[in-house]
Amino acid sequence: MAKRIGMEVAVAVAEAVGLCDIDMAAVYPITPQSHIAEHLSDLVADGKINAEFVTVESEHSAMSAVIGASGTGARSYTATSSQGLMLMHELLPIASAMRLPITMAIANRAVSGPLNILNDHSDIMPQRDSGWISIFVENAQEAIDMSIIAFKIAEHKDVMLPVNINIDGFQLTHMVEPFEMPTQEEVNKFLPPFVPHATLHPAKPVTMGAFAMSDYFAEIMKAKNEALKNSKKVILEVWDEWAKLFGRGYKPVETYMAEDAEVLMLTMGSMGETAQMAIDALRAKGVKAGLIKLRLWRPFPFEEIKAAIKNAKKLIVTDRAVSFGGPGGPVFSEIKSALYAETHRPAIYDYIYGLGGRDVPVSDFIGMFERVLEDTGNKLVDTYEFWGVRE
Amino acid sequence: MALKTWRELPTGCVVFEPGSASEYHTGSWRSQRPVWNNQKCIKCGICYVYCPEGCVQQSEDGFFQADMDYCKGCGICAHECWPRAITMIEEG
Repeated sequence: MAKRIGMEVAVAVAEAVGLCDIDMAAVYPITPQSHIAEHLSDLVADGKINAEFVTVESEHSAMSAVIGASGTGARSYTATSSQGLMLMHELLPIASAMRLPITMAIANRAVSGPLNILNDHSDIMPQRDSGWISIFVENAQEAIDMSIIAFKIAEHKDVMLPVNINIDGFQLTHMVEPFEMPTQEEVNKFLPPFVPHATLHPAKPVTMGAFAMSDYFAEIMKAKNEALKNSKKVILEVWDEWAKLFGRGYKPVETYMAEDAEVLMLTMGSMGETAQMAIDALRAKGVKAGLIKLRLWRPFPFEEIKAAIKNAKKLIVTDRAVSFGGPGGPVFSEIKSALYAETHRPAIYDYIYGLGGRDVPVSDFIGMFERVLEDTGNKLVDTYEFWGVRE
Repeated sequence: MALKTWRELPTGCVVFEPGSASEYHTGSWRSQRPVWNNQKCIKCGICYVYCPEGCVQQSEDGFFQADMDYCKGCGICAHECWPRAITMIEEG
């Protein structure tokens, strides 16, 4: 049984990846991800893990290197943040189209400009349609567990897709939190060796990433979309298996006091824990408030979201990125489209908050609930607002 | 050759048959074809060297011709031929 320890989350993520028998990593340092790069390269340099750490000159090269390595059948890992992720953007759909089970941690950070190194979700949101499995974590334990679980999901023969794990920059990466680190034996038992669907090898030549014209392109896009949608089945299975082995279960949508809630709030990432404290405070005052936390961003868990929302009268969606000139935040758009065909739809509101690392105390979440509860005439329904912005 | 459905595609569209690109006839893209005037040709082979498709071949008599299954009609051979022995003519 693993013992409970305290460690900086970024370092702990590198430790967890170090338990996963990776063959190579190519990680270009960028705040607030750098401690993952540093600690992973330490583990390799100190001979603690038998892997190649490829030092690259940019994130574009890091992603290119892991694509090439994964193509040879190597278990490949990278991590990045913000501008680094934007630089990888071009390659992300190529990794997923080639069905390479790369695993990547994203220490979520605001995208320039203006330059800002602090946490929000504006780096991952533009990558939404890249064909990757995308998971958000809430605390150190989840960051560690998902860092290990991601390999098993990605490499499952019915999935073969890259996975990104979103870990809020600073808010999580730089915190020292208590957690249980699985032992090497436990990880060995959980994670089988990587069996690739094809490998680049001179003895058996294959072509990966071939050209396709209009006669095949649409079929290839459909196949990729079906693969991503079908990956949910495996994700659920692997999470269940993890729960049996380690006693920590994960679901695409977590709920807190949601069953009888009249007003629900939806969060993603580390803010869920603060919002949970707001729910406790509101419940103490007799408000039927509840929380749903979206863990799985892609493939989007439509059924689970609908089930979690079905009894609510009002739903507050929170967004940590802006879709400029769009209908609200990216999560808001997604939730609205998920509910459009439902006969019972709650009145829905969107608050864009916590941008560029702005602190969001419990009182802010309570404030959002109060604003929505005061909107008895539903005048604010379907609108979005930049929470706490100076007017 | 019947086109595959989306279900029939191999994972990641990996091509397992080496050299199978030759089954794809890029000649279907062509709107112009190169025609050699062997009275001007000095058999230097610059057309052979420059052809991006590698479809220019030398005959036993030393003159050159293009494999029309693969010639895209790009005209690079005609552009590079300094004795101006190659003319691009419109396809019917």
